Amino acid sequence: MNFKRFGRTAAIAFVAVIALSSCAANEGDTASTGDNAASGLTGTLNAGGASSQGAAQEAWVAGFQTANPDVTINYDPSGSGAGREAFIAGGSAFAGSDSYLDEDELAGVFAACAPDTKAVDLPVYISPIAVIFNVEGVDELNLDADTLAKIFAGTITQWDDAAIVALNPDATLPSALITAVHRSDDSGTTENFTDYLAKAAPEAWGEEASDTFPFGGEAAPQTSGVVSAVTNGVNTIGYADASAAGSLNTAALKVGDEFVAYTPEAAAEVVAGSPLVEGREADDLALDLNRLTTNPEEYPLVLVSYAIVCNEYADAEQGALVKAYVEYMASEAGQAVAAESAGIAPLSAELSENVASVLATVK
Amino acid sequence: MSIDMKSSDTIIRPITNSLTAGKLPKRSPLWILLGSWLITAAVFLVLQVTEVADGFNLVGTLVFGTVLYCVAIYALSHMVEGARQAKDRLMTALVTAAFIIALVPLVSIMITTAINGLPAFITPTFFSSSMRNVVGAGGGVLHAITGTLLVTGMATLISVPIGLLSAIYLTEYGRGRLAKAITFFVDVMTGVPSIVAGLFAFALFALLFNDPGIRFGFGGSIALAVLMIPVVVRSSEEMLKLVPNELREAAYALGVPKWLTIMKVVLPTSIAGIVTGVMLAIARVIGETAPLLIIAGFTASMNYDLFSERMMTLPVYVYNQYVSQGVDAQSYVDRAWAGALTLILIVMVLNGAARLIARIFSPKFGR
Amino acid sequence: MTTTVAATTIKARQRPGDRVFSTASVVSGSLILAVLAAVAVFLLVESLPAFVAPDEAFSGETRNFWEYVGPLVFGTVWAAVLALLMAVPIAIGIALFISHFAPRKLAQGLGYLIDLLAAVPSVVFGLWGITVLAPMVRPFYVTLVEWFGWIPLFEGPVSGTGRTILTVAVVLAVMILPIITAICREIFLQTPLLHEEAALALGATRWEMISMAVLPFGRPGIISASMLGLGRALGETMAVAMVLSPSAEVIFQLLTSENPTTIAANIALNFPEAHGVGVNILLATGLILFVVTLVVNMIARAIINSRKAFSGAN
Repeated sequence: MNFKRFGRTAAIAFVAVIALSSCAANEGDTASTGDNAASGLTGTLNAGGASSQGAAQEAWVAGFQTANPDVTINYDPSGSGAGREAFIAGGSAFAGSDSYLDEDELAGVFAACAPDTKAVDLPVYISPIAVIFNVEGVDELNLDADTLAKIFAGTITQWDDAAIVALNPDATLPSALITAVHRSDDSGTTENFTDYLAKAAPEAWGEEASDTFPFGGEAAPQTSGVVSAVTNGVNTIGYADASAAGSLNTAALKVGDEFVAYTPEAAAEVVAGSPLVEGREADDLALDLNRLTTNPEEYPLVLVSYAIVCNEYADAEQGALVKAYVEYMASEAGQAVAAESAGIAPLSAELSENVASVLATVK
Repeated sequence: MSIDMKSSDTIIRPITNSLTAGKLPKRSPLWILLGSWLITAAVFLVLQVTEVADGFNLVGTLVFGTVLYCVAIYALSHMVEGARQAKDRLMTALVTAAFIIALVPLVSIMITTAINGLPAFITPTFFSSSMRNVVGAGGGVLHAITGTLLVTGMATLISVPIGLLSAIYLTEYGRGRLAKAITFFVDVMTGVPSIVAGLFAFALFALLFNDPGIRFGFGGSIALAVLMIPVVVRSSEEMLKLVPNELREAAYALGVPKWLTIMKVVLPTSIAGIVTGVMLAIARVIGETAPLLIIAGFTASMNYDLFSERMMTLPVYVYNQYVSQGVDAQSYVDRAWAGALTLILIVMVLNGAARLIARIFSPKFGR
Repeated sequence: MTTTVAATTIKARQRPGDRVFSTASVVSGSLILAVLAAVAVFLLVESLPAFVAPDEAFSGETRNFWEYVGPLVFGTVWAAVLALLMAVPIAIGIALFISHFAPRKLAQGLGYLIDLLAAVPSVVFGLWGITVLAPMVRPFYVTLVEWFGWIPLFEGPVSGTGRTILTVAVVLAVMILPIITAICREIFLQTPLLHEEAALALGATRWEMISMAVLPFGRPGIISASMLGLGRALGETMAVAMVLSPSAEVIFQLLTSENPTTIAANIALNFPEAHGVGVNILLATGLILFVVTLVVNMIARAIINSRKAFSGAN
């Protein structure tokens, strides 16, 4: 039978491939040194959530696995919503999420947690959102929240609009249509961006914060999609996680009386100065970001992403793994690793300590 | 079947010997084509000099030149050779043009992938390591290759027997309602969005194993099989239908049982087409990202076991490298393109192997 | 038909081989139906909450599920039809070129070349669409809007990035080309040689031979190949999601920044962040896509049946 023979050949080919590649060069018995064995952690940790954390999680996983060779951690950058759903259903050990658990979710049952215990939100990832643009002959751009809102809402359509010219008296702005690129997928980046505009420019924006972009216009999927649309298009402007901005020009935002370009420090600063969300458990570190800051040390357009973990895990071994891993994420070493390879803004020392003290109670 | 000649062709004409009637010289199409290109090039050059257009338009030259050629060859042939030959020449030009048009994106994609993929493709670690503990540059694709081959191989093992047997049922046995239902719903099945297939497989196994976070390679195979079966059935059915009835009847007349007729006569006759169909089906699913993201999951480590734990696959690898880029974005993008290049090469190799198999097993006749 | 060979006077012996074989084929046929039924049930159960979802579950001004899914259905069909309009004539052309025009020695290699297109995964089509095709066609779109802007289809303002529904349709057309071509090619090659030679012997030109012998013979195959292509175009997810600049409206203009999006792409884009009833809404759109495919196939079946197919097997 011919197709059987075909199948057999295919099977042989597969076996051959697998036999040849018996093991990846970078894996296997990486002769664990003494202190590694001391950690005593073994097992597999499966988690998932925010894709914004993807690159940072890669760095954290690599760092943690190097220190604990018997541990394998898989982080699916499948999206905040999917991550929270999976975590609530008990399908993942912790969730990465761009938004904290809402009240409905907190009222429900968390399948992975010990009976009658809840989950908490721990901020582990701060990233400034950069306003990127690609306009020929323009390298620097100053914007205030009102103008930015009008551009993305479609009420300012020309680059040489009086409002933009007034903010950039020295720039040679072309008389061309603005193509404002937003995220076509629902995303935490959009939620933070619209939250900033809704709070800082409520009249010009006129919409509430939401993870779906409320206006029409050019759209592209994922941070990388927005970046490539802005790069490949003409007279474009968009918003993206700052680490992905690459060589594109970024706009400075008006804070108080000055124009502030994004820096990791300025992003961390605004997060450090933001209060916790009111009316939640004391150990829940959900943040109410201070978008209206007038301190020019702070850059208010930031994204904070959380690790959502159980107070107490039904499976104690998983609990120990999650605890160790999230502790590493929030630690100074972990933040430094992610800052280097994923461009995040490291947590302030105070916030880092708060996270650590909550984690100390997790079991 | 009968060939119905158009009535116009049967009108009695004064007898002229069409073999010696007016005929364009043998090389004339070539010269006309070059001539039309030159003319359009001249036009565009004039436009450039008079500064109507800013720059010489090569694409425009080729496109409009070819259009001009079609008109010219039709007119010339109509004058010298008559209407029927003119139409023939025109259609030849159009059919060839269609082929060239199709080559443009193909070549463009291949070149783009090759150029962007090569930098990471030729690094020594690319085929010898996984992404475990790799941050920034370096790392490899071995875990994803293994995963893709295992998952797609299993999907093929599931869907080819089912698909082929169903196609046999439809052409050789099927009468009445069941056959009609199968043909119809197979078409519907081609419309299952890939992500829905993934969600279906996920829901199925989450229910079966009572594990809301289930991710494993075999689930991916099932999701891919759902997408693959209709393509296999549809293409195999078409190919089996084309086997002339004379062959079957000759076998029956010799007293060959039906199942042997199918095995020894029908299948070998159509094997080339069937293998093409199966290859198309594999190519259709091997690049699927969305369902595998949901059910096969994502990992940076090796996994040879289809039945436990997450398994990386090439499309997921490419997508992930593209989507979650770190600060050193270039090395992520490089890996994404190199992964894409690997995927294309794998399908090319499989394709070549399948053709070889088809040639070995198909009976030798005619074309 | 074939079974009548045995059915006349001599009762054919029922051989075990025959019985096993026919049972196996029936079982696998039924298995397909079972799987499809399972998928349908899964979709139905998951979509029920979406049909009764409250206003708040939808963003913007959409009030119920049908308002939400309407533009998506339009976008799905619109993109697929545009792609099919481009792909089918070219695919038939290529198939004819390979089967009847190209030199015999070249033909096989050329067929292989086109099959290569099928080897390109959709993620790569997406990457190619963004980085190569969209910037390349943009100037062309600008010209098109300048000259033909008075035609509603080409109305401006032209997109700043070239990532419009027309670009998506081109990408989709390229994606479905190899499927349609491969099947058409195999079918054209199966045209009985006698028919072709008869036509040529009557003095037909090559094109007359093709239009009288090859195309009528291949018509049902062409239609089902196109349907296969259409199925893929309707369900294509990643390439559309990556290339298109979507919005949730019914828009006929081909070249602007705002384009109707497709169901599959919409699911892929919004599923990661969906939670609660949002997941059900997205799955319900999947169900609608299922129904759309069903309807499209019914229409295609009707067309095929109205011009009764003739093929080797009947």
